[in-house]
Formats: sequence, structure tokens, C-alpha cells
Amino acid sequence: MTKNLRVKSSEYIDETNRISFKFNGKTYHGFKGDTLASALLANDVHLVGRSFKYHRPRGIMTSGSEEPNAIVQINPGNNRTEPNVRATEVEIYEGLEASSQNCWPSVEFDIGGINNFLSPFFPAGFYYKTFMWPASFWEKYEFFIRHSAGLGKSPTSSDPDIYDHRNIHCDVLVVGAGISGILAAKNSAKNNFKTLLVDEKNELGGSTVFENNEFNKINNKTPSEWIKKEIEELKNIKNLEIKTRTSVAAYHQYNYLLARENLTDHLEVKDKTNKIRQRLLKIRAKKVILATGALERPLIFNNNDRPGIMLSSAIKKYSEFYGVACGSKNVFFTNNDSAYESAMSLYNKGINVEAIIDIREQSESKIVKKAKEVGIKIYWSHSIVDTTGYKRLNSISIMKLSNDGTSVTGSKISISCDCLGVAGGWTPAVHLYTQSGNKLKFDEEKKVFLPNQNTSEQISVGSCSGDFKIDEIIKNLNQKLKDTLNINETDLDSIKVEIDHENSKRNIWLLPSDKPLGKTKPFVDYQNDATAKDIKLALREGFRSIEHVKRYTTTGMGTDQGKLGNMHALGIIADTAGVKMGELGTTTFRPPYTPLTFGTIVGRNVGKFFDIFRRTPMNDWHVENKAEFENVGQWKRAWYYPINGETMHQAVQRESKAARESAGILDASTLGKIDIQGSDASEFLNRVYTNAWSKLAIGKCRYGLMLNEDGMVYDDGVTTRLGENHYIMTTTTGGAANVLGKLEDYLQTEWPELDVYLTSVTDHYATASLCGPNSKKILKKIIPDLDLSDENFPHMSFKEANIGSIQCRIMRISFTGEHSYEINVQASYGKDLWKKCMEAGQEFNITPYGTETMHLLRAEKGFIIVGQDTDGTMTPIDLQMDWIVSKKKYDFIGKRSLYRSDTMRVDRKQLVGLLTDDPNIVLEEGAQIVSELNQSPVEMLGHVTSSYFSPNLKKSIALAVVRGGKDMMGKKLFVPMENKNINVTVANPVFYDEKNERLNA
Amino acid sequence: MFLINCPYCGERDQQEFKAGGEAHIERPKQPTELSDDEWAEYLFMRKNIKGVQFERWNHAHGCRKWFNMVRDTSNDEIKAIYKMGEKPPSQ
Ligand SMILES: [Zn+2]
Repeated sequence: MTKNLRVKSSEYIDETNRISFKFNGKTYHGFKGDTLASALLANDVHLVGRSFKYHRPRGIMTSGSEEPNAIVQINPGNNRTEPNVRATEVEIYEGLEASSQNCWPSVEFDIGGINNFLSPFFPAGFYYKTFMWPASFWEKYEFFIRHSAGLGKSPTSSDPDIYDHRNIHCDVLVVGAGISGILAAKNSAKNNFKTLLVDEKNELGGSTVFENNEFNKINNKTPSEWIKKEIEELKNIKNLEIKTRTSVAAYHQYNYLLARENLTDHLEVKDKTNKIRQRLLKIRAKKVILATGALERPLIFNNNDRPGIMLSSAIKKYSEFYGVACGSKNVFFTNNDSAYESAMSLYNKGINVEAIIDIREQSESKIVKKAKEVGIKIYWSHSIVDTTGYKRLNSISIMKLSNDGTSVTGSKISISCDCLGVAGGWTPAVHLYTQSGNKLKFDEEKKVFLPNQNTSEQISVGSCSGDFKIDEIIKNLNQKLKDTLNINETDLDSIKVEIDHENSKRNIWLLPSDKPLGKTKPFVDYQNDATAKDIKLALREGFRSIEHVKRYTTTGMGTDQGKLGNMHALGIIADTAGVKMGELGTTTFRPPYTPLTFGTIVGRNVGKFFDIFRRTPMNDWHVENKAEFENVGQWKRAWYYPINGETMHQAVQRESKAARESAGILDASTLGKIDIQGSDASEFLNRVYTNAWSKLAIGKCRYGLMLNEDGMVYDDGVTTRLGENHYIMTTTTGGAANVLGKLEDYLQTEWPELDVYLTSVTDHYATASLCGPNSKKILKKIIPDLDLSDENFPHMSFKEANIGSIQCRIMRISFTGEHSYEINVQASYGKDLWKKCMEAGQEFNITPYGTETMHLLRAEKGFIIVGQDTDGTMTPIDLQMDWIVSKKKYDFIGKRSLYRSDTMRVDRKQLVGLLTDDPNIVLEEGAQIVSELNQSPVEMLGHVTSSYFSPNLKKSIALAVVRGGKDMMGKKLFVPMENKNINVTVANPVFYDEKNERLNA
Repeated sequence: MFLINCPYCGERDQQEFKAGGEAHIERPKQPTELSDDEWAEYLFMRKNIKGVQFERWNHAHGCRKWFNMVRDTSNDEIKAIYKMGEKPPSQ
């Protein structure tokens, strides 16, 4: 039977709406409005997890996103499961299941807990020191570590939820809806700025909604009464959009912020279906007002991590907001007045407060006096030196602090308690501020890092800028709003504030114990089990940079990124090394502020939207005819067309023979097509290709090779002159976009005087390539009135014609070495064209072939494929294509580089043909080529770039790049493979029809 | 993520743009007259300044126009943007 610690009704908790949920398999009840943490605490469950290294029992410590301990797995075992979720942020719903992480086999009995007793052997850098050597140890430890030290489990089946992205543009973005954020948003919107207010919580108002210190008044009301009215008013303001459950994850330059909006995580499963779960907001704001608040710090003392030890502010929130008492015997430990507010909050609800331990000598504020008056025992100048209780705190021992705060004296007093509220002061949440690229400054008096500057685009207001008291907040906020929004009056002008002044401060980063440091466990980073001891050890071992100490001790490297303990780590380093904290600086605050799901990051870009596919107009036909496809860039290209269960090899052999013996047809629609017009079009081509274009007659085609300025082959293709000032250029499939970009670059920046216009028309045309000795007869059937004689329509020429009423452009060009035609029609007629060709070619056994056969056929002819036989280091000379490089032209892109000493070296890798001595052995593409087998180390001469079994030559053929290959014709070389050495002979790369007789056949 | 003021389109998100390296390196008018060293200077040598740098940018997913930008690489502040062919602002 568990205790019920629900102490009073709260307006934020709907006690008529009882909710059951499971934690570690056991059913509990809470109410609508509870977080998993508040509901567990109401059931007196503090123990929720184990620490990462020592597996020490850990309890709920905070009430917000800074939680280091209560990290749970939500919905374990189903496809909505999510690891590393903070129980303090999970709103409960009927049917919610959660379980502890980092404990095996269970949170109550955890085998890793033995690490706690072995902890002398787990000092800072333990993992680096132990598992680095000997290497074989790692395998032995791995099983144990993987089981006992995991941070949750990722889902094993696909995510059923929908995620979304949205762009938002606003005049003013206000981050954080506490008192400062609300006032900022209100005044911004009222002054006609389009304003967006976001807060990570589901309710507005921040901590002010439970700020009931009777000595603080805003307009004669308690802060909580006052802010509720303000929140009510916000709802009727135009120009103001409010998003709750929205956490800003990242603040990039130029006021570009990413926020995660949670839409369904708090709903029951039946209400989650078919809704967007989380939305990534991409916000561009003209001005950003950061009102991100401050996080309470704990205090660092011996055994400060037991379940039941919590932040004082969290205890207050659980009591005031959720109506939950975190313990029945409460003690507070503090260095400032805020713990007295928490204590009085409990006292006023009839919850027992045993004592307040205060490291200060005194404080005269009204709330402190009040606590004294009601009889709460206060121990001034005392510190906690130890705590007891394994799975739950049951006592603390305290001793008097020395004047300098470095030791304790006198006798030890033990106080029995089950809950300890710790108040170590406030740390401004400057994470987003620093992410935006701005620097921090250290405030010696307040012992905090603060934003160093406000700009016209960004201000920090409220406690994140170091204003912790309501009067300071209102006064400074008012001035900043007037300055940044350029307004003369605000609502804040008339706000009257009375506050209870705090007049005493004392800060000790590491509190002493009666035991030596080595015998104590003062935790600084709870999640990663880094203690003050570890930090001091790191300093002794010579680490100085805060970034190095962080990585060596793992302080601040957990899922909470050390939101609680980073300041103490810095303070301890500064004290130990004798430097000022301001000089030490901070570690880098990296996005995201709180973890994001992968779903949020990718949004809708999943499944078929993950990457774009481009399909040709003939695609349906290929699918219907059972083509296999390959990806070429973004294109899905027909690869081969297997029939009757053929393997790829069988299909390609059949297709290749058919194309040479009768007729084949290829879908060439993916080739890049650029329409070039203008009075300087010919001159332009002269400059971008290696060969000469001025004399190309209208209606003629020419192959061109395009280089980079460094002389290396960049792209190739056939360009046709359609008119005096009109060309159509084809590019490789993969190179189309880059070629267009490069040409535009030269035209706009180097040669703006040229009258040339470029238009990408790749998608506008569908292209069928008809090839083989019977291609002419097939084309004749389709276009009977076109004169196909060699005299009228020779190789490398172009005709316009009509197929029925469809206009087409026909180029007689060939990538296979066969007599062939490329027929281009408007894309929407592509499939019709294809079908007409198939129908007309039926009597000739026309055979559709894919990219693999195309590659084989061109390899037989020794035609290169840019990107396969070249790799950005091959010049035209290396490719033995000297014939295409004009000697007469004064200049073209890359020309000068062909005469650099390096590009003229004779021992460059050059393209050659390779024939295997055994014609049945097909070399592997990428295989290395050597001339000596018994050399060590063996010298690599080059590698195989293309290799096929040629059905037309009935032997294996290959193209390769070989150092000095040009002069190696007939030379015997070797291709050493794993189990054998293959004997090869260097050959002419043109294997088939060297005299090009078939082109004109 | 920069907000870039394309001189032809106005303010657009950085993801619409492509960076094109150092600006104001003119392609030599007579490459064949140059020594290997002179040509290499044009071909390979680029500054990588921490501080104010003159750069080429292209509105690739927009108007496709190239333009110049003056950017402080140490804090990514865009100090000026001007069209191709226009004089760079004096520093
Ligand atoms: Zn533009």
C-alpha cells in the first residue's frame, strides 16, 4: 500500500479526472494535470533510476527540463517507445507506461550497484584509463557494460507518428512565458509587432504562478494572483500567437531559431492516431526577447544524491502547483532566502518542516523572520556533512562551518528526514543566448555568468539576464522593452512592486565534510556520476582547460548537459586552481537545449519523400515490362529487362547481341539537355569545349569534351546546331545540373559581354535511342516521308520531322557504334513514341535494353563514361583523346592547364584497353594492376575502370587507367586478386569495329 | 543559417544559396601567355581569411544569379552585398 501525499487541491490538477498509469510494471494513479514526476511523488515514489557509472539509486530532483535523474523510457516495448525522457516533463494520460533506465535487472535490485562499492576503482578518466589497454580487455568488459550501462532503448519498429515542419516569420519572438516573457509579449503585441510567445511548459506564467510569498506584492496582489490576471488578458491581444509545450532547441545566427512543438505527447493513445505528434518550428524573427529564466542550483556536499534530496524550488512547485508533498519530514539546506519561501509554502499547507540548515550567519528578511516566528528550527552557519538512506533519504548530519567555509567544527547533529530541499542560488539559463554567438560575462557579486550584451535584434530579460527579484525585473525589463521596441510607454510604467529584500549571501562551491574529500561523494554531475573529487583529480593530473576537464570527468556530458552542476564544476576548478571564474569561461552550450526526436528533425521527409526520384516519361512501360532499375543521380533508370527468369548477365548478353544484330531501343530521356541561344552561342561553345564549333553547319551534330579550368575532363556529350544562333547541348545524366551551373557562372561572371541564353530542357523532352542495323527500317516505318539516305541524313546530323502530328527532333548519333537515331519528342508524348518504336520494330525483334547493356556496347567501342573511366584527374590526353583538343583555338576552359608541367608528365595514368589471357575471365572493376608480382612493396600501376564479357566479341574486355599506359601496347601485366593472379595484355581500347564501318551500314 | 539579401530577389534563407569561393579573381584574358607559376596563382591560390572576406554567392534555388558578398568570417556578419561587375565597397 503506497502513501498518498496529495495535500491540497490545486487549480492545475483536475481531481475529478483520475488517471491510471504504469511505472516499472506497477499501476499507479494520478490526476489530469500531473506530470509523471508529480504523480509518482504523490504516490511516495522517489527512487526512479540509477546513476550511469556507480548505479546509485537516484530520485526525482527537479520539476523541469533540467532534470538529471528521473530519465525514463516511455511506452517500453511498443513502436511509440522513447528513451531518455524526463519524468518531470511527461504529462500523464490514461494508459501511459514508463520504466526506469540504466538499471539491470531492475531499479530495486541493480547488479551495477556493485560499482558503487568498487567506486575507489572508478576515478575520473576510468573508462579512458582502463579500457584503452590492453585492447583485449575491452571485449571482456563489453558484454557487462552494454547490459548494465545503457541509456534507454531505441524503438525496433517504425514510428507510427506523423511529424511536421513549419516556417514562421515574426517581428518579435519571446522565448519563455514567465513574468518577463508575458510582459514582454504583451507590450510587443500591443505596439503592433507580430509577436510569438513560446514556452516549454503546458501552462503560462513560469514560477510566478506559485509565488505566494506574502511579503512580495505586485499592484497590491500576491505575484501569483497578479500573473493569473495578466495571463487572462493575453488571450485577447491581437498580433500575439502563443505556443505552449514548445521548447526552443537551437538559436542560430540571424535570429533563426528551431523550436519543437509537442502536440500529442500528452494525449491518450486513441487520440494520438493520425495527428501530427511534434512539429519543428523554423522561426525567423526580426527581434528575439530571451526570457528563459533561471535554474536553481543544488549545493555540493557529501552524499548529496540520495532519493529524497531535491531542489528547494521543485518542492515548492510540487506543493503549490501539483498539490503534492514530497516528504512528510522535510528539511531545507540553503545559502539564500528562497528556501524559506519553500519552507513557508509547506508550513502553510500543514506539512511538517523539521529544520532549515543555512550556511549564512544570518538573514534579516521578513520571510526568514516569519519562519522563525512559526517555530521552524534554523541552523545558521551550518553545513550538511553526510546523509544516510540507500533508496530513500532517512537522515542528515550537520556541523558548524568554519568562518572561511573550508572546514567544519564542533559536534555532529543528526536530523531525521525523508526529504531535503536544497537551495544553492540561481543560474541564469543563458544557453540560447550563447548559442546565438554572443559572449558571457561573469558577475562576481551574483556568482553567475550573464549575457554580455543586448543588441537591436536580441535582448535578454528577467532572471536569465541576472534580475532575480521582481522589482529589478520590472524596472530593467521596462527600459529594455522601450529601447528595443522603440516605444515611449509600456504597461510596466504603472506597475507597483513591494518586495522582501534579501540582505545576506554566502556562496561555497564545495561544502566541507568532517571526512577528507577522498572519503566522500559530493556529486557535481548526477547523471554521469562526476564528483568534486574527480574534478580535483583531473586538475592534479594536469588538465587545465575547462573543455578538457569536462571530457575527462564527463561532467556535463549527460542528456541533461549538466544544467544543474556546471557552475559548481567551474567554481571548484576556479577555487582549486586559484583563478577567477570569469577568466575560466564556460564550456560550450550546444544545441539542442533539450533532446529532439529524429522524427521532429526529419519531419515529412521520410519514406518516399526521403529523397527525390526522377522518372522518365517511359517509366510506366519499363515497369510493366519488368525492368530492373538502377539509380543514376536522382533518376530511376531501366537497368536491364530480364525475361523468363534470366539473370542480369544473361539479360545483358541477350540485349547486347540483339542491339548489334538487329535492333535495340534505349530510354535516353535522362541525358541532360541545355538549350543555348544568342548571337554569341558559337563563340560560347568554342570557349567551353575543347574542340572548334564555329564551322559546325546548321543541322549537324558534334561530340564535345568539357574540361575544368585545371584541364581535367568534366563532362561530355553531343551538341547539335539547330539554327544560326541556336544549339541544343546534351550532358551526362549525372552532370546536367552542375554543367548548367558552371556555364551560367562563366556567362555571368567572366564573359558577361556574350549574348547567350541558357535554358535547361532536360525534363521537356523524352528521348528514345533506336540502334542497330535495322534501326533505319524501323524509323522509316514510323516516319515514311523522311528521307533517311546517307546523303540526306548522314551520321552526326539532325532532322526535324513529324510522327503523325507529334513534332520530333531526330539526331543520327551513336553511343554504341551502331547505326542509330535519337528521337526527341515533347515529354508528354514519350510513352507513345516508345510504343510506336516497339510496334514498328516487332518484325525486327526490337529489343529494349537498359543502362548495363548501353555500358557494355560503348565499352566494346572504347567510348568513355565520364565519372566511370575518369575521376577528375584525367585530361583528354590521358584518355588518348588528343584528336578532340583543338590546337588552333587560342583559349578554352582548361586549355592552359594542359601545358602545365604536371599534366604533361609522360608517366601519368592513361586510358588503355586490357584483354585477359583467358578470354573467359572478367576482371573486377576497381581491381589494381601491377607489372611485377614479386616486388615488395608492390607498385600499383593503375586500376580497371570498366569490364564486361562481350557477347559480340565472345571474350572479356576491359578499360583501365595505367601509368604510362600509352606506350605499353602489347605489354603483359597482372591483376592480382585474392586467390589468383590474372594475366592481362594492354590493348587498343577500341575493341569493336575500329574503322566505324557499322555507323554507316 | 544566414538570411541573405539577394540583390535581385530580396531576403531569402541561406539554404537557397550556394557559396562560390573568393571573389574578384578574374580569369586571365590571355592564359597562354602566362608562366606555370602565374597560371597556378590564378588556378589554385585562394585566401581563407579570419575576418572580412570578399566572396561569390549564387542564388541557386532562386534567380540563379551570381553576386558578391562581404562577410566577416569570424562572426558571419554580412557587411555588404553587391552585383557582379559592381565595385566592391571600400573597407
Ligand atoms: Zn535571387
